[in-house]
Amino acid sequence: MRFVACLLLSGLLAVPAFAVSDPAELLPDRAQEQRAETLGHQLRCLVCQNESVEESNADLARDLRHIIRQRIVAGDSDQQVIDWMVARYGNFVRLLPPFNAMTVVLWGAPAIAVLAGLLAVLFARMRRPAPPEPLSEAERRRVADLLKS
Amino acid sequence: MNNLQRRALLLAPLGLAAIGGASFWTLLRRMDKGTYDPRGIPSMLLDKPLPRFSLPGQSPSQGFASADVVASGRPALINFFASWCIPCVQEAPVLMALKRQGTPIWGIAYKDKVDATSGFLQQYGDPYTRIARDEPGTVAIDFGLYGVPETYLVDRQGIVRWRWAGGMTDDIARQSLAPLLKSLA
Repeated sequence: MRFVACLLLSGLLAVPAFAVSDPAELLPDRAQEQRAETLGHQLRCLVCQNESVEESNADLARDLRHIIRQRIVAGDSDQQVIDWMVARYGNFVRLLPPFNAMTVVLWGAPAIAVLAGLLAVLFARMRRPAPPEPLSEAERRRVADLLKS
Repeated sequence: MNNLQRRALLLAPLGLAAIGGASFWTLLRRMDKGTYDPRGIPSMLLDKPLPRFSLPGQSPSQGFASADVVASGRPALINFFASWCIPCVQEAPVLMALKRQGTPIWGIAYKDKVDATSGFLQQYGDPYTRIARDEPGTVAIDFGLYGVPETYLVDRQGIVRWRWAGGMTDDIARQSLAPLLKSLA
């Protein structure tokens, strides 16, 4: 019991691991730092590609974290920071891609899948063979005979 | 279900598998030849003017600014490299060959130490018209660079026409770059 409690507690205490290892990277203003971290989590590290800029240890990710903080201190809005990144690295840099002509299939995929499933079910129903005619009196007798023997 | 339908149902999955297989094979072949990189990121700079920059030089070369490249009035390559980058070693002979053919290459040493850069140039050759240093790597970010080496082709007007991310090979220089250089000359 104690062990389980400890385990639960350690789970609660565990904080997500951030690559920001150098306290000098952090902004003194808590609110600004919070914004920078939120933004960093939305941007892809171009080197490791499946990590966000905030989580990655790559040099480039560190540079980008620094730039995010510079832009925030300079008074950029969140959207302006993202636009700055997109201008250089394209929409690929956004971990949550925007909805546009290029991503229509990506975002539409769940709807397309559901629709395809519904169509498949409908199609299968339509093609289900009609139930067989009830047996005639002669057939019934024959079945009874066969079962008896 | 008539015979035709039956045959169609049988052939449809086979056809799909054939198309899939053929696409996959092309993809693997292009990856093998180096003309397709699944981790590649398309450049935002294509058909856009060179980002503005002005960088200090790697002595004895003086540095250069974006304006200098445009002022040269010739199509030119801008090549980001570093002594610590292995594909840069591999592409060094390709760049040297381009230099011999008279292509101006402007080099930018990315996040590198002065001594390390000069050692690299001594060992593998110096194909560059001029060499600038981007030690903090900020100009590289304006280019949308995500690794070294990266090579950009700029036309006379300073518009970026082509970008190659990764080490350049003879094949790529011959098949992708050479026709473009010819058309821009």
